[in-house]
Amino acid sequence: MTGRPVDLGEPDRLYTLTGGRHRSDDACLDLVTLVVSESDPAPGMTSEHVRILELCRRPTAVVEVSADLRLPVTVTRILLGDLLATRRVTARHPRPVPRATLPDSTLLKQVLDGLHHL
Amino acid sequence: MDSTTSDPALRAPLGPAADTGLKIVVVGGFGVGKTTLVRSVSEIRPLNTEEVLTQAGVGVDDPSGAAGKNTTTVAFDFGRITLDARLVLYVFGAPGQKRFWFLWERLFGGTLGAVVLVDTRRLADSWYAIDRLEHHGTPFVVAVNRFAEAVPHGLADVREALSLSADVPMLDCDARERASATSVLIGLVNHLYDLSTARETT
Repeated sequence: MTGRPVDLGEPDRLYTLTGGRHRSDDACLDLVTLVVSESDPAPGMTSEHVRILELCRRPTAVVEVSADLRLPVTVTRILLGDLLATRRVTARHPRPVPRATLPDSTLLKQVLDGLHHL
Repeated sequence: MDSTTSDPALRAPLGPAADTGLKIVVVGGFGVGKTTLVRSVSEIRPLNTEEVLTQAGVGVDDPSGAAGKNTTTVAFDFGRITLDARLVLYVFGAPGQKRFWFLWERLFGGTLGAVVLVDTRRLADSWYAIDRLEHHGTPFVVAVNRFAEAVPHGLADVREALSLSADVPMLDCDARERASATSVLIGLVNHLYDLSTARETT
């Protein structure tokens, strides 16, 4: 275990980042939703929003953004929700796998092919 | 200090056509080798992050014991495997402690399936994870990590000790070895494929 824990010693900072919001308006952002920047950073943006736009020039999963920003997933979702709402990023959502069901066999075959080629 | 782990500049980005993220979760007790397995299969150095749960009465096994604390934190690590131009698989190593399961749906809902990584010296650590996976209806395989085993246990003995039903596949592995760790993921996806095709033909 080599990673460092996200610093949660600054609740004020987290509060400021999220404007005091507790949960993301965009609840459909999965850990593995791939986020892509659609614009360059603009003056006046928060440093976190700038960082996200730089990180996501290539598709980047929500959970990778969270790790890179060293912010909890919930906070990251809120920040990404801001950028989605203003269309500065777009989201490529995973295929939904409803609870207690299975993904279709075609997808699983593709996964197997990929793993066998490693 | 693993300073490069979190440096995105040193991490190969996904291809521009990547559009489908997938999840597999590796669960198991502390020190069983989850991070090792993730590192063995991952194309990037494992990253780690955490999720915060703010909810009264949830910190049932909160080790901090801080009075009045109503948030609990679950840390997890993950790696990445690019499967093809569009598909990318994220492999998560998740702690098996009780508070983690409050976050299961939020973090790992929609996972393809799970691997329960087992240390035969501490089989009891796996009981709760297996119970929870069954509760959530998440298909899983059990992988016995042989890395530190002084006396090899037969898989049948482990199956009995875990009260596993016959339809849950069991695998041996050495989580340190890339080929062995990859074979665990293949074993899981083979199992999922069998379940999926069986469902589609009925």
